Amino acid sequence: MSPKNKSSESLSVFSPKLAKRFDALVQKYPAKRSALIPMLLYAQDEVGYLSDAVVAEVARRIGITELEVRNVATYYSMLRFKPAGKFNIQVCTNISCMLRGAYDVYERFQEELGVGPKGISTDGLFSLEEVECIGACCWAPAIQVNYDFHDELKPDLVPGILSGYRGRAKAKAKGKTSDA
Amino acid sequence: MPRLVSHPDEVKIVSRRFGMGATKIDRYLELGGYQAVKKCLAQSPEWVIEEMKASGLRGRGGAGFSAGMKWSFVPKQSAKPKYILVNGDESEPGTCKDHLIFLHDPHSVIEGTIIAGLAVGARMGFIYLRGEYRYLLEIMERAVADAYDRGFLGQNIFGSGIEFQIITQTGAGAYEVGEESALMESLEGKRGVPRIKPPFPAVVGLYGGPTVINNAETIATVPHVIAMGGAAYAAIGTPRNGGTRLFGISGHVERPGVYELPMGYNLKKMIYDVAGGIRGGRKLKAVVPGGSSTPVLLPEEIDIGMDFDQVGKAGSMLGSGGVVVIDDQTCIVEFALRTISFYAHESCGWCIPCREGTDWLKKSLTRFHAGFGNANDIDNMQYLAENMLGRTFCPLGDAAAMPTIAFVKKFRKEFEDHLNGKPCAFAREGVPQLTVV
Repeated sequence: MSPKNKSSESLSVFSPKLAKRFDALVQKYPAKRSALIPMLLYAQDEVGYLSDAVVAEVARRIGITELEVRNVATYYSMLRFKPAGKFNIQVCTNISCMLRGAYDVYERFQEELGVGPKGISTDGLFSLEEVECIGACCWAPAIQVNYDFHDELKPDLVPGILSGYRGRAKAKAKGKTSDA
Repeated sequence: MPRLVSHPDEVKIVSRRFGMGATKIDRYLELGGYQAVKKCLAQSPEWVIEEMKASGLRGRGGAGFSAGMKWSFVPKQSAKPKYILVNGDESEPGTCKDHLIFLHDPHSVIEGTIIAGLAVGARMGFIYLRGEYRYLLEIMERAVADAYDRGFLGQNIFGSGIEFQIITQTGAGAYEVGEESALMESLEGKRGVPRIKPPFPAVVGLYGGPTVINNAETIATVPHVIAMGGAAYAAIGTPRNGGTRLFGISGHVERPGVYELPMGYNLKKMIYDVAGGIRGGRKLKAVVPGGSSTPVLLPEEIDIGMDFDQVGKAGSMLGSGGVVVIDDQTCIVEFALRTISFYAHESCGWCIPCREGTDWLKKSLTRFHAGFGNANDIDNMQYLAENMLGRTFCPLGDAAAMPTIAFVKKFRKEFEDHLNGKPCAFAREGVPQLTVV
């Protein structure tokens, strides 16, 4: 840890809102370290991935080493050390989804986005990955886009899902410029 | 939004508030909520445990251990605080029942947690949801906040002078964390590697204190058991298998969904009547009766009652109640490969038989399905899987080995059909088939 991490500069790793949330989170449990996994996930939600700065800041807040943070973070499949697309598409291909055509859905996403497994679309909007069971077996095949579930899918529904998220990104970008 | 299904044979207990707006605390109260916990406050902890024992309620996570018994193992006196830990890490492929509980009836989980706390003398409970269930965690967090506002949680619950706190927790993607000791590790902010047992969690658990760990469905059932009485609940199921269960029927059926049926309900009827039979008028090839870790059953083996004992007698397990139905146009080798790929991905890597075994099985099956298998592989896979059984600290090794053994034994011919570079008879269109060069 560099001494810099202790300065107020490090606070800017997270938004004031998230920083406040973390202040509450470390108080919440009988042991501070219990806040580690939620903190990593919430930090990733905001920053996009577990950057070196995120790891350092989380380590400082919990009071453990960066190595310990990495040791834990590498265990969990949702945590990543590289950026993903703005919308991370997770296609479940486990048994229940596979039986109902998950691989066809997965292939359609690859075609529509022009990316392979773990790829990011050229506009940075979408990333695509195959994931294990997401707990939507009776509504298979199912995917998650970030945390949103889409179930009972067919390959033909793929373009509509993508354009829905494209529209959302556009609306958000527009909102931002009009604010300014 | 997950589709809700219904069938006349259902006995709706845990699912009775599904689709009725019970996420709102006032609606939950209107529908009889928080009455069971009040009943428990007026009784002794021993009474609660006796009711639970009488109910025959067995753990809905998969192991099927009596919930009342589990609670009774917690020492009365403890120097360290005791805890209740609700396992909502639901990750067994084929299982999505807790998903619906969190979505439609979060207060039943809270109420069940408080009752468990009263029974064993715990003052704090944790509700752990898998990381993928973020929208459900938000529903749970809202419900917990509402319960605090009403004084149902906090320093003085229901004006009884008793304290009970609930903390919600998110995972971040790990099947192994569904194992109870790995769950505690994860909650303590560590890698989800299981602990050596004994000591069991009831004696040394979370933060070293005695801990009761129950599946979310088990906990959501508790208020109903208390409300209707243990004996009445037990009367619904079969001997030693009290009550109902949320069965998630998925795969090649006409009407997949989560159905609440009495324990002991006939599996064949469940597939053909309740779930509407095999999709597209095809024939049944196999059934995985209780999540991907349970040995596959053949069509001639499914005329059985779905309770822990009868499915066990048929050579499989009731597991998590996730029934996966496979039609005759499915390649079992591919299905086995997908199953074992999952376990290879999820093995935490601590025990060598599991870490290496799942990886070797995955490699063998990959080779096999691609047409490069050799005849010895079939016996080798079975031998390898049999030598994983019982040789790991947690059940993940068994969970990978058991289905593999069943696939190889029951579908040997289909494995043999893949030999000598023959293309898979069920190859899906558009998927390139490897050929022997």
